[in-house]
Amino acid sequence: MARYIGKRVLISVPILLLVVTLVFLAFQLIPGDPARMYVGVDASQEAVERVRHDLGLDQPVLVQYVNYMTRLARGDLGKSIYTRRPVTLELAPRFWNTFQLSLAAIIFATIVGVVLGTLATVKHGTGWDHLLTVLSLFGISMPVFWLGLLLTYLFSVQWHLLPSAGNESWRHFLMPTFCLSAFSLAFITRMTRSALLEVMAQDYVRTALAKGVREAVVVGWHALRNAMLPVVTVVGLRFGYMLGGAVVTEEVFAWPGLGRLLVTAVGQRDIPLVQGALLLFGASFVLVNLLVDLLYGVLDPRIRHR
Amino acid sequence: MKLLRRLPRIVWAFARDYKLGAVGGALVLLFLAVALLAPQLAPYDPDTISLRESLAGPSPRHLLGQDNQGRDLLSRIIFGARMSLYISMSAIGMGALFGVVLGMLAAYYRRLDMPIMRLMDVVLAFPGIIVALTTIAILGRSVNNVVIAIGIYHIPQFARLVHGLTLSIKETIFVEGAVASGESDCSILTRYILPNCLAPIIVQTSLLIPGAIMTAATLSFLGLGVPPPTAEWGSMLQNSLQWAQMAPHVMIMPGLALMLAVFGFNVLGDELRDAMDPRLKKR
Amino acid sequence: MGALLEVRNLRTHFFSRAGVVRAVDDVSFSLGRGEILGLVGESGCGKSVSSLSIMRLVDRPGRIVAGEILFEERDLLQLAKEEMRRLRGSRLAMIFQEPTSSMNPVFTTGSQIAEAILVHERVSRKAARERVLRLMQLVGIPDPERRFRQFPHQFSGGMLQRMMVAMALACNPSVLIADEPVTALDVTIQAQILDLIKELRDRTGASILLITHDMGVVAETCDRVAVMYLGKIVETAALEPLFEAPRHPYTVGLFASIPRLEETVEWLQPIPGTVPSPLDLPAGCRFRNRCPHALPICAEAEPPTLEVAPGHRVACFLYEAGGRA
Repeated sequence: MARYIGKRVLISVPILLLVVTLVFLAFQLIPGDPARMYVGVDASQEAVERVRHDLGLDQPVLVQYVNYMTRLARGDLGKSIYTRRPVTLELAPRFWNTFQLSLAAIIFATIVGVVLGTLATVKHGTGWDHLLTVLSLFGISMPVFWLGLLLTYLFSVQWHLLPSAGNESWRHFLMPTFCLSAFSLAFITRMTRSALLEVMAQDYVRTALAKGVREAVVVGWHALRNAMLPVVTVVGLRFGYMLGGAVVTEEVFAWPGLGRLLVTAVGQRDIPLVQGALLLFGASFVLVNLLVDLLYGVLDPRIRHR
Repeated sequence: MKLLRRLPRIVWAFARDYKLGAVGGALVLLFLAVALLAPQLAPYDPDTISLRESLAGPSPRHLLGQDNQGRDLLSRIIFGARMSLYISMSAIGMGALFGVVLGMLAAYYRRLDMPIMRLMDVVLAFPGIIVALTTIAILGRSVNNVVIAIGIYHIPQFARLVHGLTLSIKETIFVEGAVASGESDCSILTRYILPNCLAPIIVQTSLLIPGAIMTAATLSFLGLGVPPPTAEWGSMLQNSLQWAQMAPHVMIMPGLALMLAVFGFNVLGDELRDAMDPRLKKR
Repeated sequence: MGALLEVRNLRTHFFSRAGVVRAVDDVSFSLGRGEILGLVGESGCGKSVSSLSIMRLVDRPGRIVAGEILFEERDLLQLAKEEMRRLRGSRLAMIFQEPTSSMNPVFTTGSQIAEAILVHERVSRKAARERVLRLMQLVGIPDPERRFRQFPHQFSGGMLQRMMVAMALACNPSVLIADEPVTALDVTIQAQILDLIKELRDRTGASILLITHDMGVVAETCDRVAVMYLGKIVETAALEPLFEAPRHPYTVGLFASIPRLEETVEWLQPIPGTVPSPLDLPAGCRFRNRCPHALPICAEAEPPTLEVAPGHRVACFLYEAGGRA
């Protein structure tokens, strides 16, 4: 088991390094003068040159890369062009907000998704199954921002039940969580259904029934436990995606999260902030993937013993 | 060519057995027809402003109403379909072109395998919307940049698919024979490997279209996609944010169009996959 | 009566888009106390479906459409689902062909055997575990304590099948159905498992329904044999009479097509023709298209089942008018 963990961690490191390098390279390509963007359009040429020197932008690319990596190792992500505050300070609270929202959404999506998927399997071939299939297809086709707008229109504007923006109270959580979870919920329902159907066709399910185990237990425990393996992978991936893909939900509900920050930063061409946000996204996705791999090792004894 | 003649019967059998798939297929055909025939179908020019009629609701002359600048909503939605088709097809085409080549090369030449596929993994580490956002950040806002932004995200999808396929086809007897008889690598790749990848590539393409349409609309919604005043579903929805309270139709219609188009492709793709799966038999 | 399990006129059909497959069509046989009955036939003849029908484990699109299955004074087909569930695993047990896929890969083998006990009896987990360890010793598993905690993928095929046998016997069933229990195993292991089965029958007095397509297995283990072809029982007899003097043309053909150690022949004699599609069965006797002795009447009506000797029954027109042909 320890060997398995070690191997997975080892693979993640080079990927993380590549992510970091790619983010660095991508920003070498931006047209325009980053130094000038820093000081402003009407600053003097000397000011621009001074800033260029301060930021180390006059060095050759390789030197810049080394500086970049060393600063990164120290946890220094530079300063935002717009607010002049350290990027890390800008990112931290935003990331926490996004994390909370994503966590709530994925928990909701997983619980409801697995339940619905199991229901669809048990009622396989009947009207319920078809209904759930159509509903889940709707779910993955639903534009997140449209759903958000519709929900806001109904619950905030028309019925005045829920707040439409911000993240102060628990009530603020409801609509954004539902909105963000919609796609994943539908996806998890479908995954659970197909995984469970495949498992139910296996020999060991027949053996369990032949032993006299109750059908509900066979489905809910014997079968589901096996079907969870691919579902867990999907849940983990979706969570990782949510951390970055919550962008739209955050925009619609004015949720002060990382995605929203990224959009604003891109609009303002605040390079250090964009870089920092991307690094954070990439790192968290790699980390989530690693956790999913480890969880898989826990759930499937066959992996552990290889 | 024999396939073409049997096509009508195949389509009929599919529609009969997979009714949901037929609905999806109908929606897709509707989308394609609208998009391709937009100039003929749209009753008005999508960009004609008429401020006096701002936010007018549905009427006999303007079937779906008008937006805040008095532009005919129906026409804008029709042209929006055209834009969505253009962007998604071009982006996926670009992704397929580069992805297939990269995937084949990575699988065929051992030394290229690690670097290319690790690079693909890294791009896949980010959600598609983030990759697209970043590309727009670097390149700036324009229709073609949106195509590139979405296309970049699709390169690893195709690369992975073709990489796996090439690895297995590489081991087959005909390839071995071709290598032994001294055929050039280029010839082997195009004559043996590529044709065998075509079917999965086409399937993959059909599965990716709805996502591409959605990403394009999402980018525009965030203000980072197709620049105004061009009619595009995402930007129309972004525009409707301010007026939703007074004129909900401006928000509902483009969103509905987007959802139906994506739904149609998803359903069709899903049912096609079920139909082609040898293990599943309709009861 | 005497018989422990009696199947009467069982019909199990499969309803598909392509048509109805009458997999088990009017099948009758009985299993006596402590007896090993072999159910023999080619793939697709309906022997597995018969056994699944007894356990009422037939899955969609199949359904038991007619018949009676008498066990311990009750008709199994009339029982409520919950009552049948209580019998499964406790009074009636079953083992399957592929041991490697018949056990749940994510649970320990020991816990799966223990479950067979815990589902039916109110005992503590510890007591169940003790019983499982003893069962494992009974079926010849070395080092049971360690093996209890291991997962199915850590066992060889033969070992795993032993564990399946242990699982089936956990609650002392009166009937054990073994569906091709040794087909997926090496020949040497086959002999071991078959010996194990016979030994357990001697010890516990359980009756065994052994399903196989291998006449060699039948010769090794069975007391009586029922031969099936395309959903029907064509011949039933005790072991020796069947082997020495098979009556039904199909049975005769089966024996003729097996190579024998004692004789040397130029060519093996396969049964001519191929098995017809189950969707397109010939009218009358289902074997007539391949039968060297087919009579005109064989095309018109299904052959009756006749007793040609005490305990020896054949379904064939050749034996009508009360005697041998």
